[in-house]
Amino acid sequence: MNASGDSSDKSLYSRMYRAFVGVAAICGIVIIVVYQITAPIIADNQNRALETAIYKVLPEVASKKEFYLNTAGSFVTEKLQSNHVIYATYDLNQQLVGFAIPAQGMGYQDNIQLLYGYDPTKQAVVGMQIIQSRETPGLGSRIEDDPKFVENFLRLDVRLNETMNSLANAIVLVKPGKKTKAWEIDSISGATISSKAVGNIIQQSASFWLPKITQHYKEFEFGS
Amino acid sequence: MNEQSLWSIFINACLINNFVLAYFLGICPFMGVSSKLSNAVRMGIAVSFVMLVASICTYGINLLLQAIDAPYLQLISYIVVIASTVQLVEMFIKKFSPVLFRALGIFLPLITTNCAILGLALFQTNRGYDFIESIVFAFGAGAGFTLALILMAGVREKLDLADVPQLMRGAAVSLMVAGILSMTFMGFAGLGT
Amino acid sequence: MAAKPIKIPVVSETEQETNTFLNGLWQQNPVFVQVLGMCPTLAVTNSAINALVMGLATMSVLLMSNILVSSLRYFIPRQVRIATYILIIATFVTAIDYVIQAVSLEIHNALGAFISLIVVNCLILGRAEAFASRNTVNKSIQDALGMGLGFTLALLLLGIIRELLGQGSLFGIAIFPENYENWIIMLLPGGGFFTLGLLLLVFNWLQQRDTENSQ
Repeated sequence: MNASGDSSDKSLYSRMYRAFVGVAAICGIVIIVVYQITAPIIADNQNRALETAIYKVLPEVASKKEFYLNTAGSFVTEKLQSNHVIYATYDLNQQLVGFAIPAQGMGYQDNIQLLYGYDPTKQAVVGMQIIQSRETPGLGSRIEDDPKFVENFLRLDVRLNETMNSLANAIVLVKPGKKTKAWEIDSISGATISSKAVGNIIQQSASFWLPKITQHYKEFEFGS
Repeated sequence: MNEQSLWSIFINACLINNFVLAYFLGICPFMGVSSKLSNAVRMGIAVSFVMLVASICTYGINLLLQAIDAPYLQLISYIVVIASTVQLVEMFIKKFSPVLFRALGIFLPLITTNCAILGLALFQTNRGYDFIESIVFAFGAGAGFTLALILMAGVREKLDLADVPQLMRGAAVSLMVAGILSMTFMGFAGLGT
Repeated sequence: MAAKPIKIPVVSETEQETNTFLNGLWQQNPVFVQVLGMCPTLAVTNSAINALVMGLATMSVLLMSNILVSSLRYFIPRQVRIATYILIIATFVTAIDYVIQAVSLEIHNALGAFISLIVVNCLILGRAEAFASRNTVNKSIQDALGMGLGFTLALLLLGIIRELLGQGSLFGIAIFPENYENWIIMLLPGGGFFTLGLLLLVFNWLQQRDTENSQ
């Protein structure tokens, strides 16, 4: 059937090649165009969401600065390609108010992302805001708005031990209503795992950041 | 910055948040393959293997994409890698075990559109797992998938002999069974923490 | 003896297109009849708004992919068709992902990775292969709209049932009174399976009744 078998093979390959390159070009254009149009809007959205969250977890915030942890272990303000970022916040007199620290970890259903505010003068967590959670609606999702649960984080003791390298008292979850110590968290009945996850996330994040923050405290002054 | 213990990641992926029974991923082959127990086992093993390879590859790709700052290529590169992996696994199996190849038949290419594998890649990226955590995650997910498939196949084999009402036959009753299995797996919540 | 001329019923172009549309909506409803594209569906149907956004996102991807595949159908050789279809679908899913992020970060966070999982939704690849690659652009648009709408309505139905019974609300607005005991199971994966199974049962019954009536 094929008198010119060789050339039709070649033309098939060239057609395949042409189709692939052509489709890839069209797809490339579509993606680039959509990305360029939406990227600034998305960045804007994310910024606004972050700022709203920061205002919720720390009082009297007038301005903020991003700090990245570089490989040498000190804090720098230029953008690094890493997940280790915290926000130092200042009031109108450019005095350090506290730190807004993002943290994440595994909840019941999926990852939970949150932001908590740390006040170094009080050595306590003074606010916590869930940024992203996909916990069960009506159950685990109560970590976001259950008033009794949120109260836990208005003054959660996270003071460091004598050697300043870890938390003096680990954050502990207790049954609802049984909280006696400042480093305990009242869990939500029916949402134990999600509550525990929040406690663990803050515990691990604080154990990581607080010693480093205390060590490099001077680097956070407004002028530096 | 994920400090979950490796054991906890494994148990989570395998039992608590089983890919099939909790995330609904990988159902398509679930409904199609799972009526024979032997097929289910083979499919499960094939998927587990592809998951492992895909997990490693997507970890590498993610590093590459971060280096060249092209996050918008993530989905396309993941799906291309998964498709190629399946193709390679298919050729591999064909060469080294023609019997297995014939037994798996159509199911092997079907793995390409298996949501579970892409889901694995996306979850591990979103949760920021490092290399070892990704591999453990892949093992757990594969084990969980195979487990769910085997349970489902076993039950369906029995169902084929039972007197199921005409309207319920097929997908409807399979879904009911899946629902009950999903509920039983919820009992694992809290394990490993 | 001359043969009697056979009268062939002529179906108008628009009628054909409407038939294609309705086909996607009812006879071959992707979720209930073909049991296609379930993977990404059940996990996000525990609230009505999530289900709606998911359905619309899938419909948009289906529409754009059908249009592109149909316009390029003479250009893509058979051997590489699946690969190019997947490339096209992945592109549009990436695009939709960014659009959703720009419109509402909140909804995007609620749906998470499941938006990206639209790319492995068997429905879209299935329609590209079975329909768009063999039909005109207009018909492909109708098919996409029909299937997409059928899919969205099915998801919406699931989402409404699960949210109503599981939270007593619809789209976030409380419907049932305060003392309604939530059926938590509806919000959990098991409930998704049960609901879909029951809906399939009802759909099967309706279709069976349809075929009985037309006989």
